[in-house]
Amino acid sequence: MKSYDRNWMLVGGLVLLVALCVVPFLVKNFRVFQFNLVLVYAIAILGLNILTGFNGQFSLGHGAFYAIGAYTAAILMDRFGVPYWATLPVAAGVCFVFGLVIGFPALRLAGHYLALATFALALAIPQLLKYRLIEGWTGGVQGIVLNKPDAPFELALFGQRLSPDRWLFFFSLAVTILMFVIARNLLAGRVGRALIAIRDHPTAAAAMGINLTYFKSLTFGVSAAFTGIAGALGAVVVAFVAPDSFTVFLSISFLVGLVVGGLASIPAAVFGAIFIQFVPNIADEISKAAPWAIYGIFLIVFMYLMPTGVMGLLKKMWARLRPTGAADAASGQP
Amino acid sequence: MEGFLHQVFSGLATGGIYASVALALVMIYQATHHLNFAQGELAMFCTFIAWALLQAGWPYWAAFFATICASFILGLLIQRILLRPFEKAPVLTNVIVFIGLLVIFNSLAGWIFDYTIKPFPSPFPKDAWYVTEYFSGHEIGSVGVTLCVLLVLYAFFRFTPMGLAMRGAAQNPDSARLVGIRVSWMLAVGWGLAAAIGSVAGMMVAPIVFLDPNMMSGILLYGFAAALLGGIDNPWGAVLGGFIVGVLENLLGAYVIGTELKLTVALVLIVGVLTLKPSGLFGKVVVTRV
Repeated sequence: MKSYDRNWMLVGGLVLLVALCVVPFLVKNFRVFQFNLVLVYAIAILGLNILTGFNGQFSLGHGAFYAIGAYTAAILMDRFGVPYWATLPVAAGVCFVFGLVIGFPALRLAGHYLALATFALALAIPQLLKYRLIEGWTGGVQGIVLNKPDAPFELALFGQRLSPDRWLFFFSLAVTILMFVIARNLLAGRVGRALIAIRDHPTAAAAMGINLTYFKSLTFGVSAAFTGIAGALGAVVVAFVAPDSFTVFLSISFLVGLVVGGLASIPAAVFGAIFIQFVPNIADEISKAAPWAIYGIFLIVFMYLMPTGVMGLLKKMWARLRPTGAADAASGQP
Repeated sequence: MEGFLHQVFSGLATGGIYASVALALVMIYQATHHLNFAQGELAMFCTFIAWALLQAGWPYWAAFFATICASFILGLLIQRILLRPFEKAPVLTNVIVFIGLLVIFNSLAGWIFDYTIKPFPSPFPKDAWYVTEYFSGHEIGSVGVTLCVLLVLYAFFRFTPMGLAMRGAAQNPDSARLVGIRVSWMLAVGWGLAAAIGSVAGMMVAPIVFLDPNMMSGILLYGFAAALLGGIDNPWGAVLGGFIVGVLENLLGAYVIGTELKLTVALVLIVGVLTLKPSGLFGKVVVTRV
């Protein structure tokens, strides 16, 4: 990458950051809530992308890790009075362990079978959460109602107060940026190359001295931890958890976000998250069933026309529009 | 003892339905080496077609066979139009397309027939001569229908030229093409057959679980468990697996864990079979060359 490119990216990033800090004060509270969910979904999809996009392992069950993260946060806040920000690392840890537990049998499963096992997990999780013996913790079918945290300080901009939702926007934004930086650092170096090598040719990767067992199960754990953090953040943002919000369709919508955004690209998660947050809202006005029909159609149409997702399209356009160095931009990433 | 036998027999009855779903999954797996995640929703949608025909005043068996024909054509068309471009695509693409189909059929059914739960009639009267102490009319009837389906399929694959061509296409596509079999069309017929079998399963299970767009999700999972237990490439194994899983589910539900964790049982079964004996009880052990 040339140095002027880097400078432009820095400037662009700063402008974006300032815009993101101002926007919540320009729109209604409900919109801010929706933006919060976009950030939450972006983290979840990023987690799924690390596993599926970079490492080539399927998961149709990331909704389960999201649910585990959300319930961890909710139980900690509700029963133990833990502050909301402190629940995120705990959720990450719990989900990391769960991810390893699920990921370990996953080592023996490839392709379809892994998809099937995780699909089964996604179908089973709402029932598990309703289970009688843990009802004292999970609140059973009713779930757990939480309070949204207040902002730690008073602030007003453009005549808008820093409401809990607006405060949570900044909190989520900080967490999201942190998670994206972590993911980038993880994937840009040795580990990332090892993961991609495993995806593209496991045997060759093993022959080059990459420990498949270690990397594959660890990737599952890390991916689950990312999604778990998203779940915990989601619980804080929505201030409510219930088993029926974590059905198999949640996992499928993460998959939709992954495909629409683009596989094996870190920023793609944001586009996917915007898609799964706003498109159903628009489609909802046609019919109650329409959002899902549109999801399904998008899944298939993207596989036909844009298998690299929105991100792939943007990269292609960027390579075409840029007068110089088009070749190295096009050959940079798969 | 009385209660125990009752559980076993009603397990056999639901097992028949799982067996049909498993059979449909095996059909597609044999032909294309893909697990069809949309099988359950396809069956549900076909059951809705049957329901619509019944509402229009058709007699049951006419609606039954018309639905089977309609689902055969539906399956055929899906393969021809949607899946043919992906025949050579990687596994991930196929899984995503299957999930897309699952979602589309689910919402389409909700859109056209709405989400209210509907009763679905059973063709087997409650006081028929074959009703015994342990089996209700519908239970024994659905087991009978499953066995009939199995018999027809066996005859089709064993005794017809088309069946032979399909077996050839599944076993060795390249050589089959060389002797003049249209392999791609054979896959489409496989899809059609699977959809037809699935619709039978749907129509047999709908009187028990009632008809709604989400009725098949649990049954699909048990169908997968059955197919894996019996061996995903062995139709007889899949049917036997279906009966085993049905009985197991009922016994565990009645005596061990209660009915609340039924899906978890399926999850444990699937993961257990896949990790401990991936080829199932009667499947071929696949050895790949690196």
